[in-house]
Amino acid sequence: MDKIFNHRTLIALLVVFALVFPLIYADNRYVLHVMTIGFIFTISVYGMNIIAGFTGQLSLAHAGFFAIGAYSLGILTTRTEMNFWLALLLAVLITSAAGLLLGAIALRTKEHFFAIYTLIVGYLIYLLIDKWDGLTGGIRGLIGIPIPDPIGPLNFESATAMYYLVLFFLLLSIFIAVRIVRSLTGRTYIAIRNSEELAQTLGINTKVNKLISFVISVAYAGLAGALYASLTRFIGPDVASTNMVFNFLMYLIVGGIGTLSGPLVGTMLFVWLEQFLRSYQEYHLLIFGPILVIMVIFFPTGIVGGFYRIKAKLQQKKVPKDNKYFNPVPAKSTKK
Amino acid sequence: MDLFLQQVFNGLTLGSVYTLVAIGLTLVFGILHIPNFAHGALYLVGGYVTLMVMSATGVHYFIAIIASIVVVAVLAVLMERLVFHPLRNSPPIHDKIAAIGLVLFFEALVQLVWGTEYLRMLTPFDNNISVAGVSMTSQRILVIAVTVAVVFLLTLFLKKTMMGASILAMAQNREGAFLVGINANKVAMMTFAISGALAAIAASLASPINLVFPAMGHLVILKAFVVVIIGGMGSIPGAIIAGLVLGLTESMGATYISNDYKDMIAFLLLIIIMTVRPKGLFAKGVY
Repeated sequence: MDKIFNHRTLIALLVVFALVFPLIYADNRYVLHVMTIGFIFTISVYGMNIIAGFTGQLSLAHAGFFAIGAYSLGILTTRTEMNFWLALLLAVLITSAAGLLLGAIALRTKEHFFAIYTLIVGYLIYLLIDKWDGLTGGIRGLIGIPIPDPIGPLNFESATAMYYLVLFFLLLSIFIAVRIVRSLTGRTYIAIRNSEELAQTLGINTKVNKLISFVISVAYAGLAGALYASLTRFIGPDVASTNMVFNFLMYLIVGGIGTLSGPLVGTMLFVWLEQFLRSYQEYHLLIFGPILVIMVIFFPTGIVGGFYRIKAKLQQKKVPKDNKYFNPVPAKSTKK
Repeated sequence: MDLFLQQVFNGLTLGSVYTLVAIGLTLVFGILHIPNFAHGALYLVGGYVTLMVMSATGVHYFIAIIASIVVVAVLAVLMERLVFHPLRNSPPIHDKIAAIGLVLFFEALVQLVWGTEYLRMLTPFDNNISVAGVSMTSQRILVIAVTVAVVFLLTLFLKKTMMGASILAMAQNREGAFLVGINANKVAMMTFAISGALAAIAASLASPINLVFPAMGHLVILKAFVVVIIGGMGSIPGAIIAGLVLGLTESMGATYISNDYKDMIAFLLLIIIMTVRPKGLFAKGVY
């Protein structure tokens, strides 16, 4: 019981910290901006976690969908001067529709083929954005994307207001992700990840479930992309580049793929690390690349997974001491 | 007509480079069932090593290529030993992620050592020859000639030597190969060495035409994947045919459709093929 209590306290503390954070750094727009960007990437990485971490399908088109979300919002608000909130909703819907279309085709392929297929689709989206001058502004990008329209007395002109807006969407995204993973649907995804054949034998419709999981993940990317566009107010084809998807993947792996808090931990860690290593901008991949390899070999479940593993080990050792319950392991062998 | 012949020739050059890269990729996939995303990094390093050996020591182009082959082959073997071997029993998603880590590392390394500029590789083969209205630089002829020779030698090696036969055996039937006492580690290292050597040759041959720069591996590796999937994962004849077909299609597409969108042709081709046949053309259906 007290374990749950601890867990809850930690979450509450984190939320309170996130709420108070702008008050501490009220005069420092830079810190707030980095934090807000970190939150946006976290939303996107949560999406990637659902398809890659829980359903076990490595989709490398995630940056492409992030870009579709960003460009949808950008084009809708600059070209048609649509209301921001309507555009945001439409951006998520457009991205999801694109995801549905791609997922229906791409998910017929398996494992390596799926990864290669999505990598190439992601690259194709990048090329399309880069070359389709008339719609996307090509290499010059889209300039002058407006900030969110005010809702009643709330306006989003200050960095603090944008921070709270993004925080709201982040908390919503995490909440939805937790609800999905802890539900029967989440169990179904995990069953598919562990063995697709076995899941099928159990009567799970793997096709439909994989597709739904893919569309959810893409919707996260679309939302994150749209928020990104309105925060930075300028987007170029780079948001769809393969480097972007590799970054997302790095955040996910280091944080902990297939864990609920991994995306948050990994993304915030790297976003801040990148800021501290700013002067080595071009070379930070020299360290991050090997980190990715080492993590995959030695800590495949990332920081969060590793933490739980160590915790489980420690608790296992503690059991013989206050041996109130049945202990299946003889006391002799556990004492070392 | 002249234009057409010219494009056929250019297409063959392009296709030769794709073929060389794709054979390495398909060999590794056939043996270890890893789609080696880091293959592009080997290609990249191969190009830079050749260029740097040439400019630093002033040796002949061919000697520089041999140096590059050695360096990249050793690098590929190290990659297998240090990264893919420890991951052999992990879920398939981990190999891919590790390979991506390697790509990030090598690109950053190349930028650190040699900078981000586009560099020219000057070779003794930049003179023009005109045959039947088709103008060709000797470099392009060299690309095709070397590719033919390399593919020929590789086939000889695979068919006629014990080592080559054991690579083919393992590609055909893993368990069977173990039963007759084939050393899996040796075969894996050998395969990576060959694939690295092929990447180095391809990069060294293509660089005088395409320049040397940190992102040079990106497009080539993606297109090599297209080739490998069209040709069937693990099939060498498939890689050769598909490589040439892709080279010709791109060269024709660039001339007769649109130069801007020429890079998309390969990817659209792949998307159509995988949509119709999710396992690729000529797939043996085992993987």
